[in-house]
Amino acid sequence: MGKTLTEKIFAAHLRDQPTEDNMILDLDVVMCHEITTPIAIMDLMEKGMDKVFDTTKIKAVIDHVTPAKDSKTAMQGKIMRDWARRHDIKDFFDIGDNGVCHALFPEKGFVRPGYTVIMGDSHTCTHGAFGAFAAGVGTTDLEVGIYKGVCSFRVPKTIRVNITGALQPRVTAKDIILAIIGKISVNGATDKILEFVGPVVDSLSMAGRMTLCNMAVEAGATCGVCMPDRTTALYLWPFISADYPSLDAAVEDYRRWHSDPDAVYDRTLDVDVSELAPQCTFAYKPDQVKNIGELAGTPVDQVYIGSCTNGRIEDLRDAATILQGRRLAPGVRGIVTPATPLIYRMALEEGIIATFLAAGFCVLNPTCGACLGMSCGVLAPGEVCASTTNRNFNGRMGKGGMVHLMSPFSAAATAVTGVITDPRDINN
Amino acid sequence: MKQFGGPAILLDRSDINTDEIIPAKYLTEITKTALKPHLLEDLLLDGKPFAPPAETLAKTRVVITRANFGCGSSREHAVWVFEVNDINVIVAESFARIFRQNMFNCGILAVELDKAQIDALFAMKGNVSVAIDLQRDLLTATSDSPGQAAVQCSFALNPFDKKLVAAGGWLTYADSAY
Ligand code: SF4
Repeated sequence: MGKTLTEKIFAAHLRDQPTEDNMILDLDVVMCHEITTPIAIMDLMEKGMDKVFDTTKIKAVIDHVTPAKDSKTAMQGKIMRDWARRHDIKDFFDIGDNGVCHALFPEKGFVRPGYTVIMGDSHTCTHGAFGAFAAGVGTTDLEVGIYKGVCSFRVPKTIRVNITGALQPRVTAKDIILAIIGKISVNGATDKILEFVGPVVDSLSMAGRMTLCNMAVEAGATCGVCMPDRTTALYLWPFISADYPSLDAAVEDYRRWHSDPDAVYDRTLDVDVSELAPQCTFAYKPDQVKNIGELAGTPVDQVYIGSCTNGRIEDLRDAATILQGRRLAPGVRGIVTPATPLIYRMALEEGIIATFLAAGFCVLNPTCGACLGMSCGVLAPGEVCASTTNRNFNGRMGKGGMVHLMSPFSAAATAVTGVITDPRDINN
Repeated sequence: MKQFGGPAILLDRSDINTDEIIPAKYLTEITKTALKPHLLEDLLLDGKPFAPPAETLAKTRVVITRANFGCGSSREHAVWVFEVNDINVIVAESFARIFRQNMFNCGILAVELDKAQIDALFAMKGNVSVAIDLQRDLLTATSDSPGQAAVQCSFALNPFDKKLVAAGGWLTYADSAY
């Protein structure tokens, strides 16, 4: 009987199987940020367990609120810094070098096909785009990960999502994943892996695949995964070129981490995207999704472009094609947050930052910022935000605010009209 | 082993997420006890803020709710805020994975029942109290309303989750096992 990609990764990392249903896995990477890690650090210190299992396998960043906004967030940063120094954690990213974890760590080459990754952050599923098993966990799991390098998971079950057809212009990976969540609901994939395959996935860039996997958790999934291929190897080439004689050799090697043709799935979902319109959420759950045209005309107060879902250079480029030569509609606030310093630099060099500034946007440093309503663009009660982020929960970007999730194309189109707009209705 | 059960509150909604259980603005706290006053602060039930009397919340030990409880952000704060309010059992039709794992990791109980059983609990009149028998995997709900019969439900716990609860959580378990 064949195996899925995730079953292969689990088998290769199995430390213990205490019951038929539970597998304890060895971890290749434990990622940490300043919101969920400080309590883990403090607890380990209190219990006399202030150790890390392997300094080279810990990757840490201050990203959610940076620079610090008050004494409490400053303290969270300080606990991280002191800890990184104490344990000589080399891959620690602080102001100037920091960015949104799920954009920054892939960019540094920290995630490879076949890896096991955990982080105290639900969108860790993003890293499955590399053919890795990457799962968000709570602080206790993170503590054990930091201290022992292991984590416990249920035996994986996989839903295969076969994506076919051809995307229309200005329809993106964000629209695909919103449509899928709309179809299977916010717990349609609970305790499951979402395996994205098919010609559309093959043709997506790593950025697109990361967007797809990023929102797997919004359907309840443990992880989203894509099969590692030439696109993956090319992205990682600066980090792996010493390990392989050629790119072809890397691509060949990565085939180890493909699901077998006779693998057993929980179920298969076929999605044809040829007719797919840009998507938009309309209430407080990410599965409350409509074609954006059905919401057209809804006024917004703020447009937010950024986050681990859509703050990559490809996303800023998409938005800039619409913003080019245009201004924010009167009364609309625009905020853009390049997700990492590298993305910021590329956007500067490509003239994209100039385009955003000319359009009247506020350009922030790389940070999670407004995405989780802690800083940098919190909504007032009754305000509406068109956002490229991943959660429209009640209160997510500020108590009493309404968030409409959409792609960077759609957010830019909405920014220039001031009302929710199908980006295909903007000419150029 | 610690005792599980006590007076219950009922949250009649599915998909209650961790932002509603504890909003992100409290994630800057670095002690669990600081979370205590903010339990379910942003929760809407039937579109209205959920605001039970403080005395009711103070004696609550059990929460009964519907499907996909604890979805969204991985923040363990959403479990701690129950823990510091002395709530030690959550009964639901289903849980989001990370939240359920966080509960067992902290040594508190996530009990899954099927929809018919949950409906029966929601149909009970009066103030409901829940007793958990971990030897027999049996939940008994009683009410102070005269004429309301007790409702009994068997549940199944994953054997490993049971071990975690017995060990007092994942850190203690992992420290001795690995
Ligand atoms: S950008 Fe938003 S969703 Fe992504 S890690 Fe930051 S807070 Fe979480």
